[in-house]
Amino acid sequence: MANQAIIVGAGQAPAFHLAEEPHHPEGHSTALGFWLYLMSDCLIFAILFAVFAVLGGNFAAGPAPKDLFDLNLVALNTAMLLLSSITFGFAMLSMARQRKGATLAWLAVTGLFGLAFLSIELYEFHHMIHLGATPQRSAFLSAFFTLVGTHGLHVTFGTIWLVTLMVQIGRFGLIPANRRRMTCLSMFWHFLDVIWIGVFTIVYLMGMLR
Amino acid sequence: MSAETHADHGHHHDGHEETHGSLRDYVIGFVLSVILTAIPFWLVMAGPIESKTVTAVVVLALAAVQMVVHMVYFLHMNGRSEGGWNMMALVFTVIIVVIVLVGSLWVMTHLNANMMATHEEMIRR
Repeated sequence: MANQAIIVGAGQAPAFHLAEEPHHPEGHSTALGFWLYLMSDCLIFAILFAVFAVLGGNFAAGPAPKDLFDLNLVALNTAMLLLSSITFGFAMLSMARQRKGATLAWLAVTGLFGLAFLSIELYEFHHMIHLGATPQRSAFLSAFFTLVGTHGLHVTFGTIWLVTLMVQIGRFGLIPANRRRMTCLSMFWHFLDVIWIGVFTIVYLMGMLR
Repeated sequence: MSAETHADHGHHHDGHEETHGSLRDYVIGFVLSVILTAIPFWLVMAGPIESKTVTAVVVLALAAVQMVVHMVYFLHMNGRSEGGWNMMALVFTVIIVVIVLVGSLWVMTHLNANMMATHEEMIRR
């Protein structure tokens, strides 16, 4: 036993190390490790937010937020992400009740909301680029596309992960490994929603107030 | 002996991992989020507050509150999960984020103030 490692017996040499590594079940620290990854991701976004906050007013005589942003569209986008957050919550609750079909169904709904979010965002980007508001136009637009685009890329990879996990659950069911993956993806998904709160507040709402 | 420890670990671990909230948690979080999203959008789109500075401060405060709501009701943050290490990592990250944001803005606005004319002054006239 670990706590009896240092024993000086009669004819025994003292042992200063554990004879056996403490035994941990597989994936026992995955959730904490994934949380630490999310925190480091948070730092990436913090830097991109800082860049946007500093450069967000440098329009270089180009278009400003008021000329480009449609808050109705942003509100719709926010609703998509918020709805996807609660449907993921429902998927987690179905998983807790060991209901594979319901879990898969809620995951599918979540994925569709994620796709809707991405489509609206791509439409917005396309519209802006069509107007000549490309990343090269001004420091404001460079910072805008980097920040919002990085968030969009995260959602894209989250959606790919979600589809992969649906296939996994479909084939192998709600086994411990898949439950662990669900926990990680749920953290990732809700985390992206938290970042989006920062995006719509700092980029869109504050941009319109500028 | 070893098997017993192992089983004990496994059991302990099960209780640990399944830290998802209840239906009530998710619904409360969702309703609060909708309210906390609708108010700032309304403030900016309808503009009931005359001063832009006041509007900006209120919008930022609501965003901060909504982030906490998401952390508590969707991410199930508390001081107990993972033996407090989740909260420890979060507090550390928040400190770094605040230093990065406040520091950048502080330094760069002073830098801009010491330049001849800001871009906005040149563009907007």
